[in-house]
Amino acid sequence: MQALHQKVKELLESGKVQVVIGYGEGSGGKSRPVFIRSAADAAKLVWDDRCHQNLAVYINKPEIKKMGKAAIVAHPAAVRTIVQMIAEHQLSSGAIIVLAVENDTLEELTDNSSLEVYAQSHPVLFPPFVVKEIEDIAALSAAERFEFWQNELEKCFKCYACRAACPLCYCERCIVECNQPQWVSVPSHAQGNFEWHMNRAMHLAGRCVSCGSCTIACPAGIPIGLLTIEASRIARTEFGFEPGISCDASSAMSSFRNEDKETFIQ
Amino acid sequence: MKSITHDNLLKLLAGLADEGKIVYAPVRKGQKVFFAPVQNMQPVVFDYIQTTESPKLVLFPRYEPLISFEYQGKEVKVDDPSAAAPAERVLFGSRPCDAMALKRLAEFFDRDIPDALIAGRQKALTVISMSCIKADADCFCTSTGSSPGDICGSDILLTPVENNGYAAEILTGKGASIADRCSSLFSEIPEIRKEQYLAKVEKAFSHEEVRKKLSHAFDHDIWNGASLRCIGCGACAFVCPMCSCFDIQEEGTAKKGSRVRCWDSCGFSLFTLHTSGHNPRHNQSERWRQRVMHKFSYQPEAAELTGCVGCGRCSRACPSDMNLKEQLQDIAANVETV
Amino acid sequence: MENTFEPKIVAYVCNWCTYAGADLTGTSRIKYAANVRIVRFPCTGRIDYNLLLKALALGADGIIVSGCHPNDCHYTSGNFHARRRWIVFKQMMEYMGYDMRRVKFSWVSAAEGAKWADIVNTTVREIRELGPAQRIQNEEFRMMNSEG
Ligand code: SF4
Ligand code: SF4
Ligand code: SF4
Ligand code: SF4
Ligand code: FES
Repeated sequence: MQALHQKVKELLESGKVQVVIGYGEGSGGKSRPVFIRSAADAAKLVWDDRCHQNLAVYINKPEIKKMGKAAIVAHPAAVRTIVQMIAEHQLSSGAIIVLAVENDTLEELTDNSSLEVYAQSHPVLFPPFVVKEIEDIAALSAAERFEFWQNELEKCFKCYACRAACPLCYCERCIVECNQPQWVSVPSHAQGNFEWHMNRAMHLAGRCVSCGSCTIACPAGIPIGLLTIEASRIARTEFGFEPGISCDASSAMSSFRNEDKETFIQ
Repeated sequence: MKSITHDNLLKLLAGLADEGKIVYAPVRKGQKVFFAPVQNMQPVVFDYIQTTESPKLVLFPRYEPLISFEYQGKEVKVDDPSAAAPAERVLFGSRPCDAMALKRLAEFFDRDIPDALIAGRQKALTVISMSCIKADADCFCTSTGSSPGDICGSDILLTPVENNGYAAEILTGKGASIADRCSSLFSEIPEIRKEQYLAKVEKAFSHEEVRKKLSHAFDHDIWNGASLRCIGCGACAFVCPMCSCFDIQEEGTAKKGSRVRCWDSCGFSLFTLHTSGHNPRHNQSERWRQRVMHKFSYQPEAAELTGCVGCGRCSRACPSDMNLKEQLQDIAANVETV
Repeated sequence: MENTFEPKIVAYVCNWCTYAGADLTGTSRIKYAANVRIVRFPCTGRIDYNLLLKALALGADGIIVSGCHPNDCHYTSGNFHARRRWIVFKQMMEYMGYDMRRVKFSWVSAAEGAKWADIVNTTVREIRELGPAQRIQNEEFRMMNSEG
């Protein structure tokens, strides 16, 4: 943490950046996102095992962009997110300084290639609450899985916190807000919730970096990230597509290979 | 005064369900506690500080048809749900802040053009609340006009006392009708001082003072800093017992369909988007300001209704730890009185 | 006992191959089950997975999605894109516990009238055995929390 404070102090003092997006002390022992703008405040940053939220969600927030050049404290999943954002042209190369943190290590990444090298050498470890659920579900039969998701999705009241917490759910107008045609039924009944989550998963296939931020954000306690993580798992197994490791990768769902497997097509 | 044992309380609730009333009670789903209709009382939980989802859904459901139509041959059958008699409901396990919220929510929907659906549901609703013997750091009911043993809005208020029993305050005619019908389940005890059992919730700010300060704070720069970490996710509004924003949607096919009211949030970026493309609340800071102002300034000014009861749900649900209590303390301390 | 259940099948097909193939089935007077409602699209690339969800929600018991064989798409690559989506969609549906034996994907060219008849007939037979589709609790306004 000392090294992080020192680094942030330098960055702000030298004028290399005007704001640092990081974690700070929150209420009731929680951590919270903070935006450090002066070297004197650098010591307010914390980095420990409470810091799960994916801060990349703040990079393109207009109020923060207005502050000037930013640096961001990023865990391995957030580094992947940033790489994916660059690949999807949501962030230009070198636009942000990434302070990659993991356990006690800190690395400053400023260009695409260092980001890629870091992302490729740091596998994303699912937060513990996700790993357990992934294993639990794998053990279920199809009928049990149907039951499981019906029960989980029944809790969803469509606050869209999962979407807001995800840095890769950046569409200004989400498919749920389009009504010509209205693909996704707005009320939070079973059908509407099923359509909503199926669409979110399909839209994150090959893009979800498995950070778990959506699961943390869901106030109803639904392990909702499992769906997007599964969608990315499918893209990985079927198309060999790993999100967030290459700044100029194409998108899994808008590209194809002639040899994509098609065993189920008659 | 009356008291009831834990076992008799469960019998009372089961009896109400058997009578055909819809009994909403707190049940655990995963890690969280929700209000859901129960038939038997086995899944009902008692060990929560506050439920995750508020009980507002008994008055103001997540979604509901306002009017429906269906072609039957060449005829169109139109269904107006407000014409039907609402089901008799019992809400059990609401906290005093929740009971107050439901009362205020009903008043809110009764202003200007009374909302028949919500008024009807309130008439048919009996509220059996449970005082708080535990609170956490996110609770601030005492700053918004409620308190851990407040009777406002409840028909019966139970306070856990010794020996696995509850002191029962029968507060309204609706409460009395239940207590009378099931009088054998209650016993008489000498008057007790319930305060000794209640949680202590320090007053964090005064909502009157906040209201005064907010009336000059529209252009204050406090909103920019305060809302930086808000991601506009809407979790706060969806768990809040007093948030009343809704969206009207059309559902169905050419043959059959409904106009549906669904929960919404003023924190969403599209909430105020005009057809022209103009958005009067362009930034999250403006939307955060709206949330606070509506609850602590506009509504109190317009109708003497504070739009918050201090249940703390929004703070517990917020993925960015916005913490409303802290923000209001900040306003009370740092916005100048003009 | 004889199974009298007549499943409703929706077929989403591309204009250039499968639709023409189905046409050929008709003109060659090959008989096939009448349970299928064909919806024609310019290309499989245009067949949004949401169309499948909507069909299931609105009462279909089974779905056939069909278009040109790989490398034969009128628009060169529409079917390759579609195939990627089907691969993910199918597995996602299975992950959510949906019985994907109800949804058939196929390539049927304009010359394969007999294949089309065969696909429709097998699909109808299989789905008749599976029975009516399990709905995602689709009564429109079933109150959450199973009230009423
Ligand atoms: S955050 Fe949870 S409750 Fe909100 S829309 Fe997502 S899954 Fe539903
Ligand atoms: S969808 Fe994937 S990338 Fe987005 S918040 Fe959830 S886990 Fe993270
Ligand atoms: S829950 Fe928190 S982050 Fe989400 S809209 Fe409310 S205050 Fe903002
Ligand atoms: S604003 Fe927050 S504390 Fe106030 S009533 Fe709503 S959820 Fe409870
Ligand atoms: S035109 Fe037939 S699949 Fe593209």
